Amino acid sequence: MDKHNQDTTSSLSANHAFSLVELKSGQTATIHSLRGGTGLRSRLAALGFTPGTGIRMLQNRGHGPLIVTVRDTRIALGRGEAYKVWVLSG
Amino acid sequence: MTEQHRDSIRVALAGQPNVGKSTVFNLLTGLSQHVGNWPGKTVEQKAGTCEFDSLTFDVVDLPGTYSLSANSPEELIAREYIIREKPDVVVAIVNAATLERSLYLVAELLALGVPLVIGLNMIDVAEQQGLTIETHVLEAALGVPVVPMVATKGLGLRELLARVQDIACDGAEYQPNEPDIRADHKQVLQLIENLIGSYVPEEYPATWVALKILEGDEQITRLMRPRLPEGTWKEVADIIGQHEDACVAVASGRYSWIARMVRAAVVRPKIGPITLTDRLDRWATHPLWGLVILVAILAVTFALTYALGSPLQELLDRHIVGGLASLATSILGSAPAWLLSLVVDGAIHGVGTVLTFFPILLIFFAVLGILEDVGYMARAAYVMDRFMHLMGLHGKSFLPLFLGFGCNVPAVMGSRVVESPRARLLTILVAPLVPCTARMAVIAFLAPVFFRTPTLISWGLLTLNLSVLVLAGLLLNRVILRGERVAFIMELPLYHLPNWHTIAIGIWQRLMSFVEKAGTIILGVSLVIWGLSQFPGGTLETSWMASLGRRLQPIGSLMGLDWRMMVALLSSFIAKENAVATLGVLFGQTESEASIAVALRAAVTPSAALAFLVMQMLFIPCVATVSAIKQETASWRWPAFAVLFLLVVSLVGGLATYRLAALFGLG
Repeated sequence: MDKHNQDTTSSLSANHAFSLVELKSGQTATIHSLRGGTGLRSRLAALGFTPGTGIRMLQNRGHGPLIVTVRDTRIALGRGEAYKVWVLSG
Repeated sequence: MTEQHRDSIRVALAGQPNVGKSTVFNLLTGLSQHVGNWPGKTVEQKAGTCEFDSLTFDVVDLPGTYSLSANSPEELIAREYIIREKPDVVVAIVNAATLERSLYLVAELLALGVPLVIGLNMIDVAEQQGLTIETHVLEAALGVPVVPMVATKGLGLRELLARVQDIACDGAEYQPNEPDIRADHKQVLQLIENLIGSYVPEEYPATWVALKILEGDEQITRLMRPRLPEGTWKEVADIIGQHEDACVAVASGRYSWIARMVRAAVVRPKIGPITLTDRLDRWATHPLWGLVILVAILAVTFALTYALGSPLQELLDRHIVGGLASLATSILGSAPAWLLSLVVDGAIHGVGTVLTFFPILLIFFAVLGILEDVGYMARAAYVMDRFMHLMGLHGKSFLPLFLGFGCNVPAVMGSRVVESPRARLLTILVAPLVPCTARMAVIAFLAPVFFRTPTLISWGLLTLNLSVLVLAGLLLNRVILRGERVAFIMELPLYHLPNWHTIAIGIWQRLMSFVEKAGTIILGVSLVIWGLSQFPGGTLETSWMASLGRRLQPIGSLMGLDWRMMVALLSSFIAKENAVATLGVLFGQTESEASIAVALRAAVTPSAALAFLVMQMLFIPCVATVSAIKQETASWRWPAFAVLFLLVVSLVGGLATYRLAALFGLG
């Protein structure tokens, strides 16, 4: 990660969880928790979205679906789904 | 395990999507495979056999699933099959390049206590990513045979079968290291198991049932609840209530177990290389360039399909259909005229014209199969997601709809990729509005007859159809989905070179299901329509069909269309391209195309012709599509709805077109 990205990451509240939709393209974070119903949480968890796992945002254009990498897999997520994933910076 | 002598082994093939499972299945079973549905479900079931070392392996391909929870019918089918049918061995295919995630399914399979062999596929891809996996270390850690494979090159298959045979026949040592769960949940799990243990049906492993109850699995909860005494159920419900996070915690537990299993076996680079997938995706998933690429791919696909397919179709029509017809004429020379007509006009022309679409479909499905296999289609779905949202659907629904440009039947069947039942239904209902090759063939024939700019007219009609599709989607979304949000979660697999064997088998299966339809439903309906158009009187002009057409004349005359045009429209119900054949019969007793064109121009004004083209583009789905809708929705309600809905849409469309065209002075 380059210096510029690190700066933006740390400027986002250091120890507070925030929603995945706020993570910018190229940034990495750690999954904090999953919200939403059992069905969604269980699908995401099975795909590897478990607390403590590293996540990298590949594409987030501020609207529409986004692409992340979790456990070596690229996954496209609708914005509504991404909103339910909470992450910690770093 | 004791030594057994047997001549066949029942193998179930499990694996997540995008791990190369179907490649393995195709290599093992080749053309011995048969495709059907899982009993009572609209989920495809594939089974086949292979011979190895004088043993027969009966292989069942389980649906590709990420886990074995109750999130989808596919997952339920996979686990119910293993629990109830108890295959001798389950082969789990995992993707070496996404090892941890693909071992998640293995962790779930181990909990079912079934003998397992792991096929560690795509080790070549993993190596390209800089990953080194020491198979024997992984095997020792898991206590399960692990066979390194590159299925696309056919590597590792023999060893895979040999290890399956060892487990099933020779009582090879098999002591799997079963996944444990987080310490804080162990106690809870034990508590639930103690409570329910004696009530669990005997085919189910009690620990697994307890685990699934803890995870909040709906199906297992439904299974157990009526079996438990009221007091016991209350105790269980209390425990679950205190552990609402259990579904995530149990998954986390599985992943930390997996991390321990792979730690010693995998060497990964500090910084992953920038892969081909990274570079391609910069363009293919870009909101603007991704769309440009998709449109370009669509354009090339259609150009290729029609440039190569149409001449072939004509050739088939002339030589095969024409040849068969003259052969039948010479054989049945002395038979009564009605019998000859039944065979030639009813059966051969009815089914034959449908079968002449074979080359067009072959090329279309081949291009699509390649795009699917190399991994592009998931990107197309991603790029289209924004637009599908207009209809309350998401990107995955684009994939079946795209198939619809070839033929609506596979589009309806392909809607299975959409997980939510309501979104799937909506996809099925709008699929007939995708103009298939048959409808485009009618346009290609009629547009030049009436208009000097046939290309413009064709594009206009295509655009109209897709606009109506979006409008219909919007409307039906209000009624069917009632604003429900559909989750969009989709893996974007790594790009890879096409595997011709897999693509060929895929095309073969799609075409065969088309031929099967042509041989059964289309044949039957063709004969009925033939009867309607022959009796009474022996000519079309005096037949029931004609009198039905005449009865529809009042509706037709609203759009300047006479009964012959209405009959042509009706006959497109059997198969869309029949419209042309019917017009041929009604407008020119001679076979020359030029004279038909002259007769058509004399009888139909340009405004009326445009109205006709619009109507036939939007008209009710063909018989084959209706029967596919019936099959996929398991009721007559939805196919009936689709027919009525599109009948109204096409009439309104035709009427509006006629009025507007007249208003703009088209004549």
